[in-house]
Amino acid sequence: MVTSTPPNNRIGLTLADYKGSPSTLCDGCGHDAITSQIIKAFYDLGINPHQVAKLSGIGCSSKTPAYFLNRAHGFNSVHGRMPSVATGVSMANHTLKLIGVSGDGDTASIGLGQFCHLIRRNVPMIYIVENNGVYGLTKGQFSATADLGSKAKSGVLNELPPIDLCGLAIELGCSFVGRSFAGDPKQLVALLKAAASHNGTAVLDVISPCVTFNNHEGSTKSYKYAKEMETPLHELGFIPFYEQISVDYEAGSVQEVELHDGSKITLKKTERDYDPTNAVNAMSTIKKAHQDKQFLTGLLYINEQVEDFTTIMHVGDEPLATLPESKIRPSKESLTEIMNSLM
Amino acid sequence: MKTLAEGSKEMVEKGRVVNDFSIHVATVNGSGSQSSNSVLMRSIFQMGIPVSGKNLFPSNIAGLPTWFTIRVNKDGYIARKQEIDILVAMNPQTGIEDVKSLSPGAVCVSPIEMKLDAVRSDVRHYQVPFGELAGKASDNLKLKKLLTNMIYVGVVADLLNIDHKQIEEAIAKQFEGKTKAIDLNLNAVKIGREWSKENIKKEDPFQVEPMNKTQGKIIIDGNAAAALGCMYAGVTVVAWYPITPSSSLTEQLIDYMKDHRMDPETKKPTFAVIQAEDELAAIGMALGAGWAGARSMTSTSGPGISLMAEFTGFGYFTEIPTVIFDVQRVGPSTGLPTRTSQADLISAHYLSHGDTKHIVLLPGSVTECYEFGMEAFELAEKFQTPIFVLSDLDLGMNNWMSDPFAYPTKPINRGKVLNAAELEKLGGFERYKDVDGDGIPYRTLPGTDHPAAAYFTRGSGHTEKATYTEKPEDYKNLMDRLEKKFNTARQFVPAPIVETVKGAKIGIIAFGSSDFAVQESRDQLKAMDIQTSYLRVRALPFTKELKQFVDAHEHIYVVDQNRDAQLRELIRTELPEHALKIQSIRHYDGLPLYANFVTDAICAQEKK
Repeated sequence: MVTSTPPNNRIGLTLADYKGSPSTLCDGCGHDAITSQIIKAFYDLGINPHQVAKLSGIGCSSKTPAYFLNRAHGFNSVHGRMPSVATGVSMANHTLKLIGVSGDGDTASIGLGQFCHLIRRNVPMIYIVENNGVYGLTKGQFSATADLGSKAKSGVLNELPPIDLCGLAIELGCSFVGRSFAGDPKQLVALLKAAASHNGTAVLDVISPCVTFNNHEGSTKSYKYAKEMETPLHELGFIPFYEQISVDYEAGSVQEVELHDGSKITLKKTERDYDPTNAVNAMSTIKKAHQDKQFLTGLLYINEQVEDFTTIMHVGDEPLATLPESKIRPSKESLTEIMNSLM
Repeated sequence: MKTLAEGSKEMVEKGRVVNDFSIHVATVNGSGSQSSNSVLMRSIFQMGIPVSGKNLFPSNIAGLPTWFTIRVNKDGYIARKQEIDILVAMNPQTGIEDVKSLSPGAVCVSPIEMKLDAVRSDVRHYQVPFGELAGKASDNLKLKKLLTNMIYVGVVADLLNIDHKQIEEAIAKQFEGKTKAIDLNLNAVKIGREWSKENIKKEDPFQVEPMNKTQGKIIIDGNAAAALGCMYAGVTVVAWYPITPSSSLTEQLIDYMKDHRMDPETKKPTFAVIQAEDELAAIGMALGAGWAGARSMTSTSGPGISLMAEFTGFGYFTEIPTVIFDVQRVGPSTGLPTRTSQADLISAHYLSHGDTKHIVLLPGSVTECYEFGMEAFELAEKFQTPIFVLSDLDLGMNNWMSDPFAYPTKPINRGKVLNAAELEKLGGFERYKDVDGDGIPYRTLPGTDHPAAAYFTRGSGHTEKATYTEKPEDYKNLMDRLEKKFNTARQFVPAPIVETVKGAKIGIIAFGSSDFAVQESRDQLKAMDIQTSYLRVRALPFTKELKQFVDAHEHIYVVDQNRDAQLRELIRTELPEHALKIQSIRHYDGLPLYANFVTDAICAQEKK
């Protein structure tokens, strides 16, 4: 396909080729900030949009796949059940790059079961939770990720403890778990690129303030609160496999983790020394952050050694969806053999 | 012994009843009687005599009563027969009730210590010292229990005169190459047979004689047959959640595919099967796979259908192909999960919310389980929609005699899917536009390398270009096209099987596994000079043959194995002008329908 615009990324596409329809979310919505970083990450990586499938459940967050990658097939499914659809898509065609966008209601309540089983199977996909602590489309009810004591717009205090989706994901053996903030584009885009290079389920819990229903004083998911409280675990960088740049770091100041496709994620130490390859440490860090009311962001956990679902299914390189008849309909002789055994 | 079947009278000679009776074996589940019952049934089948086997089992793994009924019928009737001719009463828990259910003159084989002769004196009792005989078969306590089952096979074989050679073959088939097991079991049969020969004076009319009516026939259950249909249809993605009575469909499919669906070059499977976390996920996976271009399926039963409701409607509105097998059973939760029923007809047909109606295939034999299993995938991709195949526990889990299945003659047709080259030629496409006037749009698969290939799948609010809309005219346009597509399907779903008898005023309509009993009932009615025509519905939506049939008959009886006369209600809705003349025959106690039930119901109505 010849286009009039000069090629920009490594496969010759422009940033516009990665865009979607205009957003219909509220002005200033955190979700739109995340959408922009998804567009940037896929553009920067030079992923061909037609090789991507975008999936979602129901909620404000789940509308967003319409706002990026217009050239990718999209599937806005039913509430809480995007993981099963993604699993089916992955089984039918494991060569597709899957990106799922969900919200805290869609994942932590109605979809909690499917979320858990997706992780347990390690279905290769990026799973983003656009987490704002409220149900936006139904006008401001608390979700299961709302913090204890967080105040609703109506003034009601949340009396139930939150479900920490990152902690849960690590407990379930998730091989890539990150937490970020819609207002931290630099960190978010690095995490998105790393997630796209990971082979397995990559969960990104992104605090994404709801400007209409949860951005007030007393909310723990507001822009103001998140900006003030964000404590990055490290400074994240990403080196794609096709750019073998070597950067000189001060000895011991940067941890590099090599991803499945040969890309590298670089973790520059802050005042704390955090190793994201240790699950037990990750869990205690998350627990402690809750106690101290800290908002920790970064790559919480990574394990590149876990087999992904496609490997476990033992299927061949060719997608099952497009195998020819000669491969999927056994011979006439085979039926005769079976019939004889039943006589 | 009276039987109304034509041609049977001459076989009842000098007090002999040959090749026309039922054997009812009462045991405890988990006792290992299944292999013995199979051997008994197979031996008779191998003698060329038509048989059918039904397992009536509890929702339990060990210790509760279970019954296996073998119907032996020279005329080839394989529906359930209500009367029991030979009872093998091995379960002390149910012995008294079992023997009470017999008709006078029936045979009862039982362990001597159960003293069942004290319960009924009008039944022919053969009391066997099973405990003592088991001691001769083995010293091992566990083996003794198992081999007792083969001892009753030996006793029954002697009483009925079953060829020993056939027993040997059936045992060899049952225990495939396990020499030690074969020897032990054969010896147990021999012990039973010899004891019977020496100690029993046969005083009943029942016996078998070789025939040639099973040559070239197979014995298979409907779930295995459906599994074969799926395999030859080229299913590639299977998502399921275990539930009785459908589990054995997918389990047998997995076994068959391991043998026959490995890529000869790569040695990798050409399929993927996933045991989902629940039915909500199973249907989601099936739809995801169907959307991505795989031939996908799920198999379940009533409770699973309820859980799949939301997603099935989503599949209907977004037009995603997949196949849903519903092996029907009785109602929710605990209760009768192991009993048969046809009560999901309406719920499956209209499953979900917001004006949905689905294509439903209704196999009435194991052959049709196979054929419709295959056809369902063709229709799913042709019409881009979830297709139901409604079988039931009786058809799915019981053993049926059948002609061997035929290899498909048509190549696989993936429906209206546009590839990159076609898109280039067309310059683009509109996902939900009715280009051909049949209500069926074109689709593309994710991964298609063309900038115009992608579209966005979303629920009920979409334009022809698959963009978001809440406009009334767009919604109505979608609904009307979906209806048009549904009506197009009337020309492509399996047409009913119609047998019109000249001059018959009565027309019987039935579907699914009721066929066996209805066919037998029609012969019974014919013997009483009551002529009937017959239409067996094989799919929803209805086809033109239904109206012609109802128009042509004065009295219509619709046979349903459910309380609410679900097929009758659907027919009344389809043909309101005939509502009054369409009567119902409903059988719904959880056991399979039998011929006399239909015959009696029609006689009672016709005598009015």
